[in-house]
Amino acid sequence: MAVVHNLAAARGVPPAPVATLRGVTRVYDGERRVEALGPIDLDLAEGEFFAVVGPSGCGKSTLLDVLSGLSRPTSGSITFEGRPVEGEVPDGVGVVFQEDASFAWLTVRDNVAFGLRRAGVDAAEIARRVDYAVGFMGLADFAAAYPAQLSGGMRQRVCIARTLVMRPRLILLDEPFGALDQQTRLLMGDELLRLWRETGATVLLITHALDEAAMLSDRVGVMSARPGRFIDLVETGWPRDRDSRIVSESRFGALTGRLWSNLREESLRAMGSKGAAA
Amino acid sequence: MTRNRAIVLARIGVVAGAVVLVEVLCRLGVINPLTLVAPSRMVFDLAGILASGDINRDIAYTATTIATALVLSVVLGIVLGVAVHALPRVRRALDPLLASYYSVPSFIFYPLFVAIFGLNTFPLIVLGMAFAVPAMMMSTMAGLDRIPRVLLKTARVHRLNRWETATRIVLPSATPYLFTGLKLAIAYAFIGVIAGEFIMASAGLGHSIAFAYEGFDNHTMYALMLFVLVVVTVMNMSLHAWEGRLMRRRIRA
Repeated sequence: MAVVHNLAAARGVPPAPVATLRGVTRVYDGERRVEALGPIDLDLAEGEFFAVVGPSGCGKSTLLDVLSGLSRPTSGSITFEGRPVEGEVPDGVGVVFQEDASFAWLTVRDNVAFGLRRAGVDAAEIARRVDYAVGFMGLADFAAAYPAQLSGGMRQRVCIARTLVMRPRLILLDEPFGALDQQTRLLMGDELLRLWRETGATVLLITHALDEAAMLSDRVGVMSARPGRFIDLVETGWPRDRDSRIVSESRFGALTGRLWSNLREESLRAMGSKGAAA
Repeated sequence: MTRNRAIVLARIGVVAGAVVLVEVLCRLGVINPLTLVAPSRMVFDLAGILASGDINRDIAYTATTIATALVLSVVLGIVLGVAVHALPRVRRALDPLLASYYSVPSFIFYPLFVAIFGLNTFPLIVLGMAFAVPAMMMSTMAGLDRIPRVLLKTARVHRLNRWETATRIVLPSATPYLFTGLKLAIAYAFIGVIAGEFIMASAGLGHSIAFAYEGFDNHTMYALMLFVLVVVTVMNMSLHAWEGRLMRRRIRA
């Protein structure tokens, strides 16, 4: 079995992996065969905040796709809460994408309520949960607005709120703040931490920003150039109650430095292989 | 808001000005009454024709034919659009044909349709559909092409089945394009049916206009032309307003 770095285990609590990946690979068969991912072994402990960093094109998004069930791995197995994940998104898994996935034809409120209505939750409960999520994400004044009237950051909050109301036990985020400016990203990071603390959900965040990974997570998985494998798993050791102010701590610099020293060579390799392919 | 109002007023002013100008030229005898009757006279004649009820049967005939052509065009256009969109190879084969289709003067086939189907509504419906179906079809395909992939992924995250994905994600997402198709389909259905009636038919507004034209009955001809013009304009403007209401919320403020 792969070496499992588990926060819960480190605290002396029996490990309870929410999701496991064993020998997971993904190969794209097209005109040119592309080995996109793996093999990957990973255990996500219940309630942990796990970040994935890696050079561009290393298969980070592919990892999210197979873990969420949006696509099937070529080999290996994935489980969520002990049940295999096979080409369908399991109940209890929420995904937030990098691209704007708000529904332009629905108000903020209806966007957030979308999944609950689909699931047939009764109206009073929907209203309660939507009010909470809309308030939590700072959208209360915009509940009746349409996404087109909002900024990019606020639209992303709508998508997070839409995921949040479903009370997912595992939240997967694919570079959700990638399109936002640095200040907004830091503040959104704080909100994400608050959400994580209050919901107790397990979070897997894919990001290309090393500082974001170092600041937000309990554990960072550093991926190699394609086909992406984990070359390092870094425990950050932050307290659960943290926010973006930890960027001023010296340990934050050391962590970011360690991530970069791991990633530098892989990024150069990724750039080189791109250059060769061009 | 005041600016929008000024634009609307200017628009009305241009139309009203043109009408007044024509009216004056007709009254002064600059325009020969055998060529064009005064606009006020057209309104008066039209009121008389509508009050007499002589034209009701033709209006009903044309309206039914256009409505039938339109409904069939929209349904068939969407079905074909969805089907061809799902078959990329068929689409690649069809693309150049569809692109050059509008250069075919479909009216030259009308006598053939009449010969095959007889002088009834059927050839008129076919003529009305001739351009409306491909317009609806291509708008549907354009709408389907432009659905962001992330929305389809979101549908899967919410575990929507195919029907729910189609009705709750695909359809609303493609609505602006379907609207464009609908507007074109309405215009083409009107043109096809009324022009067909004009060429050869036993009833209908187009037929009545042609009949008046051949009998040198300028008053009836211009009154009916005015009627068609008003109906088309009102329909188009209502549709435009409806679309504007739907789309306003989608356009960035």
